[in-house]
Amino acid sequence: MIRFENVTKLYDNNTGLADVSLDIQRGEFVFLVGPSGAGKTTLIKLILKEINADSGSIFVNDTDVTTLTRKEIPAYRRELGIVFQDFRLLENKTVFENVAFAMEIMHHSREEIENRVPQALKLMGIEGCSERYPGGLSAGEQQRAAIARAIINKPKVLICDEPTGNLDPDTAFDIMRLLSVINSTGTTILMVTHARDIVDRMSKRVITLENGRITGDHIGSYNIGSRAGMPAGKTDPGLKIDFDWSGGGQG
Amino acid sequence: MNRFRYACGQAVKQLKRNKGMTAASVFAITAMMLILGLFFVMIVNTGRIADSVRDDYNSIEVFYLDKTEKTEIMQARDDISKWPNVKNVKYRSKDQAMKILKKRWGDSGYLLDSLTENPLPDSLVITVKDIEKAGKVAKKAESLKGTEDIRYYKDTVDKLIRFTNGLEIAGIIIIIFLIIISIVVVSNTIKLTVQSRSEEISIMKYVGATDWFIRGPFMLEGVMIGTVSAVISAALVAVIYGRAAAAAGDGLVKVLSVPMVSAWDLSLILLAVFLVMGAGIGALGSMISMRRFLNV
Repeated sequence: MIRFENVTKLYDNNTGLADVSLDIQRGEFVFLVGPSGAGKTTLIKLILKEINADSGSIFVNDTDVTTLTRKEIPAYRRELGIVFQDFRLLENKTVFENVAFAMEIMHHSREEIENRVPQALKLMGIEGCSERYPGGLSAGEQQRAAIARAIINKPKVLICDEPTGNLDPDTAFDIMRLLSVINSTGTTILMVTHARDIVDRMSKRVITLENGRITGDHIGSYNIGSRAGMPAGKTDPGLKIDFDWSGGGQG
Repeated sequence: MNRFRYACGQAVKQLKRNKGMTAASVFAITAMMLILGLFFVMIVNTGRIADSVRDDYNSIEVFYLDKTEKTEIMQARDDISKWPNVKNVKYRSKDQAMKILKKRWGDSGYLLDSLTENPLPDSLVITVKDIEKAGKVAKKAESLKGTEDIRYYKDTVDKLIRFTNGLEIAGIIIIIFLIIISIVVVSNTIKLTVQSRSEEISIMKYVGATDWFIRGPFMLEGVMIGTVSAVISAALVAVIYGRAAAAAGDGLVKVLSVPMVSAWDLSLILLAVFLVMGAGIGALGSMISMRRFLNV
């Protein structure tokens, strides 16, 4: 689903990514961890085609991202769902309009929009916030709205850039629960995070980046090597049960 | 069509929601256009007054020697009327000239009655099209057979030409400056509006909106702001100028025998110019200001 082949990206001779290769399969839930400046953001920006790689190839959904022209980028991005740490909701649009916007750019009919948006909001548990503006929502509600927008077009890949970074632990776990549900429907999720506790409790594949290189790729906890030996690219079926904080605090 | 309607709907919605910014933009652009409009009106009127003053001096009078035959003069009249830059040529007999002189002398006109012989010569009055080239016509006329003298307000005309040309150039320079300032002010206003929403643009890009999908509503917002400002400023100019013309107009008509340009005509011209300018700068300004933010 997401494949990097010997990708290198330099910023004024500082390494962003150095010869990175990775392969994320359809339906996987992958954490991307590492200290600040390790190259996580660079990797996400490369996937979003916000920046271009100096060398190597990137494939997402069988699209060769490195050869995309500027004109092809919008259509490509519509196939991805993106969730940011700072939510990035349109401040002067209501929650409904924010989610609807993602459908409007695909030229969906009004009818379809009015049918699907409330469903997504309900799935995220914020159906009551439909007509409110982002400024009046709690952080958790805003992130739910952002996730609703990200999944409204049923993307095959969901990119999450520290989605819980601005949330309190209880709300963060709520968001993770939602992401797990989305993942269980077959959506591939790549999530950048610093939240050690979340990574530990989810027991999913963890790719560690340091100084622009992949220094770890395993299934298990944040601590490198704790479950070493589990081949990357396969989800441990037993770990899904680990996910049991559905009763956690509400955002 | 559907997409255009969508863009229009979005534009109206955003204008309403960003009321403060909308009002500020309309205010800045209206103020700029108002100043431009008032100056334009002033310059148009000054030009018109200058033109009418010049028209009073656009004639050359050629005096003939007494011995010159009338047929000869009439022949010269026909010839001269074919010259370039000649509007018309009128024959003025010595009797007519005397009548004019008596009239000009008014109450003292009777003094001329004591003359036993009319000392005034026959003459041709040449009206030129372009006063600046009157000198050439005067020279040529003077060299004709049988002429005694010519009367042509050379110094006055030269001074007048210099003065009115200077006035016109100054007016054009001021207008150009004002137009440049208006464009800068309007584009800056738009730039600020767009900048305050750069985040919004980048989010739209991340979600996968095409450049035109984002640009459309923004450009329409620019066009709407420009149009509203154009209408308001043209209306204000009409009102202000209308009142000024009503107050000063009568006086000016008496002194200079030039009616001021009608407020209605001017406002219509200004409205057309402002609409093109406002909508054009609004659309183009938005497009240019957005370019930077669309590269995400």
